[in-house]
Amino acid sequence: MGHDAHTPDAAASVDFEQVQSTGQFQELRKRHRSFVFPMAVAFLLWYFAYVLLADYAVGFMSTKVWGNINVGLILGLLQFISTFAITGWYVHYSNRKLDPIASEIRQEIEGHEFDKDGNRVGGANK
Amino acid sequence: MIAIPAAVDVAALKDTTLLNMGIFGLFVAVTMVIVFRASRNNKTAADYYAAGRSFTGSQNGTAIAGDYLSAASFLGITGAIAINGYDGFMYSIGFLVAWLVALLLVAELLRNTGKFTMADVLSFRLKQRPVRIAAAISTLAVCFFYLLAQMAGAGSLISLLLGISDWGGQALVIIVVGALMIMYVLIGGMKGTTWVQIIKAMLLIAGAAVMTLWVLAIYGFNLSALLGGAVETANNPAVLNPGLQYGKSDTSKLDFMSLGLALVLGTAALPHVLMRFYTVPTAKEARKSVVWSIWLIGLFYLFTLVLGYGAAALVGADTIKSAPGGVNSAAPLLAFHLGGPLLLGFISAVAFATILAVVAGLTITAAASFAHDIYANVIAKGKADAATEVRVARRTVVVIGILAILGGIFANGQNVAFLVALAFAVAASANLPTIIYSLFWRKFTTQGAVWSMYGGLASAILLIVFSPVVSGAKTSMIPGANFALFPLSNPGIVSIPLAFFLGWLGTTLDKKKEDPAKQAEMEVRSLTGIGAEKAVDH
Repeated sequence: MGHDAHTPDAAASVDFEQVQSTGQFQELRKRHRSFVFPMAVAFLLWYFAYVLLADYAVGFMSTKVWGNINVGLILGLLQFISTFAITGWYVHYSNRKLDPIASEIRQEIEGHEFDKDGNRVGGANK
Repeated sequence: MIAIPAAVDVAALKDTTLLNMGIFGLFVAVTMVIVFRASRNNKTAADYYAAGRSFTGSQNGTAIAGDYLSAASFLGITGAIAINGYDGFMYSIGFLVAWLVALLLVAELLRNTGKFTMADVLSFRLKQRPVRIAAAISTLAVCFFYLLAQMAGAGSLISLLLGISDWGGQALVIIVVGALMIMYVLIGGMKGTTWVQIIKAMLLIAGAAVMTLWVLAIYGFNLSALLGGAVETANNPAVLNPGLQYGKSDTSKLDFMSLGLALVLGTAALPHVLMRFYTVPTAKEARKSVVWSIWLIGLFYLFTLVLGYGAAALVGADTIKSAPGGVNSAAPLLAFHLGGPLLLGFISAVAFATILAVVAGLTITAAASFAHDIYANVIAKGKADAATEVRVARRTVVVIGILAILGGIFANGQNVAFLVALAFAVAASANLPTIIYSLFWRKFTTQGAVWSMYGGLASAILLIVFSPVVSGAKTSMIPGANFALFPLSNPGIVSIPLAFFLGWLGTTLDKKKEDPAKQAEMEVRSLTGIGAEKAVDH
């Protein structure tokens, strides 16, 4: 038998503003943003550069490189490769730089919210 | 090298009807058994909407691929490449690159802050009522557009496979498909729907892989030779270059930009994709699901490149266009050319299953949004118990199912990928700015969210209504009339920046400030996963 949506929330009584101001959380936030924002800007620029080339530089994109394979097809396939590469890079980065610090913070807080029998305590979920 | 493709005798397809029906019937029977078994534990709202949060990342990733690789991807993109060459390939790239937005900016943070629906996240630190209503309305609108596209695909497929071109016969088959979908969702809830998606994704990817290898084998595993074949059949070297469809004029070039923008920003704002992130127990599993789905989806889109040019080379654009079902029939016709009736039967059953599964996923999303956001939180003001909420959700499923059937009957033979691109534009305009702002912008307020969501939704839909899609062109939905004031067929390039701007403007002009404690809570929860809903243990 499962619980429903009103499971007691381990974090209901936490002072989140206090957690937010800790150096540890600020570090997590910084590490997250300093990776995802530049990466998002980079892949969007690269994607739109590609769309613009396909739209307005048809001659260049139609240049044959090898047999019937032209620049447009190669750039299109490079979009696939860069997508796979960024995915792998992000997973690697989160596993090493984000997950450890996030679980540390989580344990610190949720740890305090368990009673000595190991049951979760705290107010009802909002 | 094979230069002259054997003509595909479209009339002969009728003889394979029984075989097609048999394979499809088998799929329905097998999945029904699984849905029944999966539904035994459906007791609570978390079970019904979020499958008890019990799926693993890889299972959910496969299900996301199943949800995402709709008839639009399979029938639509293959058809678009077969007829418009390189410009069709553009859909594949946009649909794939878009997953990076979901992976980097949305998936994990969303899993950590919400429970069932997109509105859970958007209304987390803003005023519940107005934001929830706006989010639910945009969810329903996006689901409706997406449903329309899937049902249009069902219509095309049926007319091709069963040779039914009369209105009544097609309507009957759409009713059968719709009724089956209602049963899956009513009985199986999210768990049953997820299993249908997983099975379908594996069948679809396997089927596409077989066809891809087959086509490549015909050309000696030489991509250049395949492309040469496409050029030869089309008698037009331009199929390999960009611009065949969108390069005609300055307006169409702008339309291409607009499409590109909608594709890349739409995925991370699709409510039925977002809801899938709640079916896993943790944010780490949510990340794993996205990684799985990126690999599966990327692989599949590489297949569609070969299938599209394969259809162009072996079947020919003229045969495809004149077949019942038009541009959407490229993939089934290619299957018939390659493997005869048996492969056609398998591929069409898979395509049917694809439509069925995607429609089921959309329906459960729309029903959850109505029951959880509008009924439980707005009408009953949070006092409804979970059982009533699930009952309301089930009734909504029936209503949406009937609407989808009606929409399918009246949807015309437009390219399915194109219709889906409109749903992407609506999602990117109505939802994405608010999702991004509420996750990353501390000062964002309720007024900003409401302006952005309604502004984005209304501008996207109005621009579609006054676009060549609806009137003023040969291919319009109402070809006789002409009130196409807006020249582009995809509204994204106007409506998406407008929605971002409105979110900023509404926030800047808002005299009220939101509670900083709520902002702190959302930020801490989203990054650390503190207090996130765990798996339901049975």
